[in-house]
Amino acid sequence: MNARAELPLHAPGTQTDKGYIGQSVPRPNAKRLLQGRGAFVDDLRFPRLAHVVFFRSPYAHAKVKKLDLTKAVRQPGVIACFDGRAVAEYCTPWVAVLAHLKGIKSPPQYAIAIERACWQGEAIAAIVADTREQGEDALAHVEAEWEELPVVTEMEDALSNRYVIHPDLGDNICFKRELDTGAVDDAFKQADVVVEETFGFGRHTGVCMETRSILADYNAADHSLTVYHATQAPHMMQDIFSRHLGIPEANVRVICKDVGGSYGIKVHVYPDEMATAAISVILRRPVKFVADRLESFLTDIHAREHRAKVRLACRKDGQILAFDLDDLTAIGPYSVYPRTSGIEGNQVVNLTGGPYTHQQYRAKMHVVFTNKNVTCQYRAVGHPIAAALTEGIVDLAAAKLGMDPAEFRRRNLIADDAYPYTFPSGIKFERLSHHKTLDKLLALMDYKKLRAEQAALRKKNVYRGIGLAAIIEVTGPSPAFYGVGGARISAQDGATLRLEPTGMVTCIGSVTEQGQGTEGIFAQIAASAVGVTMDKVRVITGDTGVTPYGGGTWASRGAAIGGEAVLQAGRTLRSNILDVAAVILNMDKGELDIVNNEVVNKLTLESKLPLVELGRIAYFRPDTLPPKFQSELTVTRHYTPREYGFSFTNGIHASYLEVDVDTGFVKLLKHWAVDDSGTVINPMLVDEQVRGGVVQGIGAALFEECVYDETGQLLNGNMADYLVPMSGEMPDIIVGHVETPTKQSQLGAKGAGEAGTAGAPAAVMNAINDALAPLGARVTVQPFTPERILKALGKA
Amino acid sequence: MDTTIEATVTVNGTPVTRHVPARQHLIDFLRDAVGLTGSHIGCEQGVCGACTVRVDGEIVRGCLMLAVQADGRNVDTIEGLSDSGELAELQKAFHEHNALQCGFCTPGMLMAAQDLVRTKPEASREKIREHISGNYCRCTGYHAIVDAVQEVIEKRQGGRR
Repeated sequence: MNARAELPLHAPGTQTDKGYIGQSVPRPNAKRLLQGRGAFVDDLRFPRLAHVVFFRSPYAHAKVKKLDLTKAVRQPGVIACFDGRAVAEYCTPWVAVLAHLKGIKSPPQYAIAIERACWQGEAIAAIVADTREQGEDALAHVEAEWEELPVVTEMEDALSNRYVIHPDLGDNICFKRELDTGAVDDAFKQADVVVEETFGFGRHTGVCMETRSILADYNAADHSLTVYHATQAPHMMQDIFSRHLGIPEANVRVICKDVGGSYGIKVHVYPDEMATAAISVILRRPVKFVADRLESFLTDIHAREHRAKVRLACRKDGQILAFDLDDLTAIGPYSVYPRTSGIEGNQVVNLTGGPYTHQQYRAKMHVVFTNKNVTCQYRAVGHPIAAALTEGIVDLAAAKLGMDPAEFRRRNLIADDAYPYTFPSGIKFERLSHHKTLDKLLALMDYKKLRAEQAALRKKNVYRGIGLAAIIEVTGPSPAFYGVGGARISAQDGATLRLEPTGMVTCIGSVTEQGQGTEGIFAQIAASAVGVTMDKVRVITGDTGVTPYGGGTWASRGAAIGGEAVLQAGRTLRSNILDVAAVILNMDKGELDIVNNEVVNKLTLESKLPLVELGRIAYFRPDTLPPKFQSELTVTRHYTPREYGFSFTNGIHASYLEVDVDTGFVKLLKHWAVDDSGTVINPMLVDEQVRGGVVQGIGAALFEECVYDETGQLLNGNMADYLVPMSGEMPDIIVGHVETPTKQSQLGAKGAGEAGTAGAPAAVMNAINDALAPLGARVTVQPFTPERILKALGKA
Repeated sequence: MDTTIEATVTVNGTPVTRHVPARQHLIDFLRDAVGLTGSHIGCEQGVCGACTVRVDGEIVRGCLMLAVQADGRNVDTIEGLSDSGELAELQKAFHEHNALQCGFCTPGMLMAAQDLVRTKPEASREKIREHISGNYCRCTGYHAIVDAVQEVIEKRQGGRR
């Protein structure tokens, strides 16, 4: 039977092979995780393994007057202690700037701070011991004397340059950007309606269940370093370890076994991790650092601290004429290496207003240094800010016009036949489907019925709200994201497919797996492209010593870029297998195909040669083949998107919730998301990416904030005080898909991993404000805590 | 600080005798002394549930119980309950619903889910959500986990009828 032919053709318009593409196949690699038989960094056991712990600054900004490690080094089990200077001899500092972010600046950052700490939690010494417990015990014996320095915690204070954190830089401005299409003031003059609002966003963080983890193993004999690392970008880290530790690139191997969540948190260079690698070199033995949860809150990148004023001009009929944005964001004392901390604000400028047809846009954005933990790219980078600014002000405009928010959006969303399209910020859309996703969402949620229910309940003093949020999303980036700015971060990815002698297929890919299902979809694509069943495919990722070179996992690129490399390698391998079959069978290659692990007659589907037999001959009896014929059953292909800087996707969310106007508590009733991520390779995995993303977005909207006091102390840096969404508070999340494949690739896939996080906060905000509208109250500062809602209601 | 006490803990049916530091938590004992790394450490303050194991039939936080407190008791971990087949139904449902992504919280989540399936075999969707609210998952958004647990409960109810 031709199993492939039985399956429906998927995603019309793409050139994907049939088979498993579009099927909700469970992930083969999930089984070991379900039995507790995964291998996270902290699960690895090494002989002579030393454990490193860090002595961290208790102050947000202070000079180290004295640092005495002599008592600490004498404690039981302690192997060595290092200050910043000692580690700097083995690890050079870095400066996180990119050439295409014009004017961005940051001071040199060392693996361990020298002389001065610039945020609470910055490491100023390392203790290495036989056990983690012994290292932690010895921390109490570090003697440090400090001179406190002025602390800058507020963004406006930083912008005023009242006190400059890094005098050498001249001011506190890391990066600024302005954009103006030229006729914004005219548009506002011509407008019938102008609305303005200032929105605030709390700084929050990723809270990966597996904390940051690294095990570095230096081999002095061959001057090589093997690093077991919970990272999203092993090749990027290979390059960085090589350059900053002075070890030839080919002598550095980065291995990612199982990684316990990342969401952008694990794609950056962390000073304590660089110090761990350097210490392994110094001590010539394996050294491990696993952040504890308190260290994670103090030092994992934070994100999203913004305050932004946005204005919108529109006509009576609802047509939006212009957006005007002024955004301010604070990033802590350093731009984070190597991606910089300028990208998030840059994205806010690029994306605000993105779904709509207005032609006039002005934006001003400042990124400033403060004495809090650093911020950088966390899942959906800038999108949740841009979406909340856009969709918050759009709802305000609709309300002022007395127009239904869904109708207001319908009048302004870019038409589905208007592509290719260039948005006033300069970003280019290959093809989006705003109207299709809007229609699908409204049908999925039964919008009219829900509005009727809401109105009926309001009469009974039940305050329910419906919030919509349309988004655009950057996925599958070309080198335009980082490479053009000089960062040694690969935008291309590769895949090697090998037919094994038993007819199995090994697929080795450069995109990594953190649970999103990369290995699962690679198996689906490889099986479909070659013509084998999925049980015949094994996938290997996450090892720079083994895989092709690639970027790894970030910016929703795994399926779009890595998946395409697998598809192209698979198609070529299929062709190469048929070359061998044609020779063995003495038939024309064009008469043959591969179906269900067998070479078949293409027309009759009659079995001609099982792959297990083909493999036997090709590998063990090539002497029986014509003398000049050499089989090539290992194929590597790479892929880089080139036609567009980014594969933009679109989507729309809706939140339905109830506000208790006496307590300020929000009860989420349901959430819907309809996204267009191009060809859907595995609907179940895409649904789960969206759902997980939505819940992280809900966390931002309702619970999560890294709260600092005026002295720069983090007040809630532990899991009990920093609230993340729990199952009891979360709604069911209904996910729908529209598929507009990108024509850049044969696979047609775009990214899906960040859509949920991008849209959910705006939808929740709009729903809360919709619920509060009859009471004349409104909230604009995330997270929308009960206290903030009660304040808005005049009750607190 | 290095005072040790001899303790015999029956881990997944096998007695294990070790000199354990008095301050050592059960989770560190299981991971470091016994080498069972399936139960994970997420917060070390009893909040996240990643270290959930079973002691004498009750689920506990491995980071809130000292190893010496487990002296003379039976401890079941994800590895043991996987091998015995006790979790097979839940594991299959989790797999089919993709009720895990990175898998770090999953062993603890399965422990909590199995506790519910055993003790409240009629639990509603809301009850399931409530019961696993002591286990953080940062990847899935919980929906698929709830689906998976609900499927197991409903199948068993169907089987009893």
